[in-house]
Amino acid sequence: MIEWVNAVVQGVLLGGLYALFAAGLSLIFGVMRLVNIAHGDLIILAAYLGLSTTVMLGIHPFVALLIVMPAMAGIGYILQRGLLNQTLGPDILPPLLVTFGLSVILQNALLEGYTADPQKLNAGAIETASLSAGGLTIGVLPLLTFAMAIAVIATLQWVFYATALGRGFRAVSDNQDIAQLMGLNKAHVFGLAMALALAVTAIAGILLGVRTSFDPAIGGGRLIFGFEAVIIGGLGNIWGTLAGGVILGVAQTVGAKIDPGWQVLAGHVAFLIVLAVRPNGLFPRVEH
Amino acid sequence: MSDPVLTLSGLDAHYGDFQALYGIDMDVHAGEVIAIIGANGAGKTTLMRSISGLLGNGAAQVRFKGQPIGALRADQVAYAGIALVPEGRQLFPSLSVEENLKLGGTVGRAGPWGLDAVYDLFPVLAERRAQPSTSLSGGQQQMVAIGRALMSNPDLILFDEISLGLAPVIIKSIYDALPGIVGDGMTAMIVEQDITKALAVSSRVYCLQEGRVSLTGRVEDITRDQITAAYFGVAP
Amino acid sequence: MSTATVTRATRASRIAMIIAALALIVLALAPWWAGRADLRLMGEIFLYLSLACLWNLMAGYAGLVSVGQQAFVGFGGYMLFALTIFGGLHPIAAILLAGVLAAALSVPVAALIFRLKGAYFAIGTWVVAEVFRLTFAQISALGGGSGTSLPVGIVKSLADGRSAREALSYWLALGAAVTVMACVYLFLRSRRGLALTAIRDSETAAAGLGIDIWRTKLEVYVVTSAFTAVIGGLLFLQKLRISPDAAFSVNDWTAFVIFIVVIGGIGTLEGPIIGTLLFFLLRETLADFGTIYLMVLGAVAIVIMLKAPKGVWGLVRDRYDLELFPLSYRVNTQNKGN
Repeated sequence: MIEWVNAVVQGVLLGGLYALFAAGLSLIFGVMRLVNIAHGDLIILAAYLGLSTTVMLGIHPFVALLIVMPAMAGIGYILQRGLLNQTLGPDILPPLLVTFGLSVILQNALLEGYTADPQKLNAGAIETASLSAGGLTIGVLPLLTFAMAIAVIATLQWVFYATALGRGFRAVSDNQDIAQLMGLNKAHVFGLAMALALAVTAIAGILLGVRTSFDPAIGGGRLIFGFEAVIIGGLGNIWGTLAGGVILGVAQTVGAKIDPGWQVLAGHVAFLIVLAVRPNGLFPRVEH
Repeated sequence: MSDPVLTLSGLDAHYGDFQALYGIDMDVHAGEVIAIIGANGAGKTTLMRSISGLLGNGAAQVRFKGQPIGALRADQVAYAGIALVPEGRQLFPSLSVEENLKLGGTVGRAGPWGLDAVYDLFPVLAERRAQPSTSLSGGQQQMVAIGRALMSNPDLILFDEISLGLAPVIIKSIYDALPGIVGDGMTAMIVEQDITKALAVSSRVYCLQEGRVSLTGRVEDITRDQITAAYFGVAP
Repeated sequence: MSTATVTRATRASRIAMIIAALALIVLALAPWWAGRADLRLMGEIFLYLSLACLWNLMAGYAGLVSVGQQAFVGFGGYMLFALTIFGGLHPIAAILLAGVLAAALSVPVAALIFRLKGAYFAIGTWVVAEVFRLTFAQISALGGGSGTSLPVGIVKSLADGRSAREALSYWLALGAAVTVMACVYLFLRSRRGLALTAIRDSETAAAGLGIDIWRTKLEVYVVTSAFTAVIGGLLFLQKLRISPDAAFSVNDWTAFVIFIVVIGGIGTLEGPIIGTLLFFLLRETLADFGTIYLMVLGAVAIVIMLKAPKGVWGLVRDRYDLELFPLSYRVNTQNKGN
């Protein structure tokens, strides 16, 4: 019995990581209706940037965030203004195919630069540290990841609803022309949104790299997990995304408990069930 | 007479292959209130979109305070000091009343208008400041739209179809508020279907017909027959 | 006086048809004039051409942008192995049956993923492909995660002798490409095809005309899935070995296909042909560069999508007003003397 409880708890904590994969995706879609197929590869890019930073400077992966976050934000801003803004419009093909092309480029660039060998970020003692409570053993790292997810989502929520930047995001999302009339340059606002999304992606990438090994090919899978968390939680609801990540995480750990080969499959099945039963997700945004 | 604030010279406007404005010439001087009248499809809204930068034009076709602004983006035009109250209000549904107003203040130009001044002008908005903008009545939404434009402290404010779809009593209260807005030297252009209302607050009038200026002059110099002819394109 | 006639065919399209017929005869005779390696390459080209035509029909005409077509490629491949090994079917019968099974399977799949709109639909198709991959990796009778080979006896049942088998495999690929292209062409000329073009041009307008959008898209999805599975069967009949990673590879069966269509010209019938030829030309010259080659391909696709969204064929067509497959109607005005 306790093993099953343990599986659920591990799943909940894993859900925090998936919510971090999803948060950037959700933010971008909310502001500019862009679905970034390269999102997963950008997570992996952040992990590799973390690897290079820790190796070159000899610093802890969490300290490396101080460099990787602004770096990813900068990449996001340039990517948006230099490339992705040109794809936005009523036609869904250009953003989809351009980000798909970007995904292939990123994957192969990482392969070229870092080879296909799996890598891992070394976070030292924290990786194995754990807390025990009532027969359960909870790793400090998963707990930290989950706390980070809550902090990130709370921050995004605050930015969206309590700052001038967030007001701009919502206004541009509502009506691009009128927002432009109010002095907001949408190209710049979209750039800032992508910068913020990729800063979150940096956190996700580093935490992923500390938790498991990674290689250039696994970006697609991370995109799918993030996407599933978004759809399960309900579009446009960022706390719903956390719930979606948790449901996905629990489905995976419980699936793995039944048969190790079923871990990822169980997550997909949970997603398909939600899609069949509640196509708008479990917690769709309530319209005002 | 002083140099005009806004000069349109040979302004053309296109939507793809369709030409909506043909060689519009116009001078607007500081402190003037100009009425733009004309039938549906005459090009009034296109004119507003061209001046405000939502439609791109040749740079020199629109000059504002001596600078060519015809090719600027709408946000750059806003910083230059032009604000538009768009047709149909077009508030941001995700934003509260106060957030809509604050967003209007994005450009941060100095001047008399701020949240307090807008709430003084439209006290009902102060009571509803935290509500979603979509929960307001049409007239209250128009007040937010006007307040939102004022928040940028523009030198020139454009009103597009200010009374469209509003009850007469609301229209009256909005027109009653207009002198308080344009009285202190702000320049204004008012697009209006209701000719009587428009002429009552304006000093000069331009009538558009099929994308061209069909009549212009001081309000007191123009007869109703002339307007009818210019409006519908029939010989007087 | 002047009379206007409305036609579809143009002089260029008639000439193209004659050239195509001649080319087809030459290609059908390839086993007698081409070497073993060339025959194999041409077979692969035809199968990629088929996949490109099918993806183009979905994305370019029906607005169903899928990044998960590898689901049906892999399914077709695995059905070839399963139905011949366990069902004792002849490989060709197995491949055809795989198409039927894929059609049946695609209906419930569509019922689920059609709930997702636009780009989310695309990722949804990817999830389905992953579900297929992970499921087949669980079937130990088919080799689980490491896959399996087609038993020699089954390979030999195809035809006597290696060269006869290779010729047959080539003809099957050629036949599949011709069938797919003919079906797509005839479909687009049909009433349903016109409805599809109407959907692409404006979904609201098409709904106003009383066209059942959901149903039309479903039909396209089902038919495309069936054909894709058949092509998948043929691909793995060439390879003779299957594994989950190879069968459901997003790079091999979707990324390359998307690049082919985008570079050639999405939403045109000629695009996939041009794109396939360019793709293989690039691959045969640059393949030694591996990852660099893929990065170049991705960059070219991005540039084309942004600068020339109708691809290479779109550029050619706009310049010379050419249409090799007469799909559009043309109004010819002739001035007759009195």
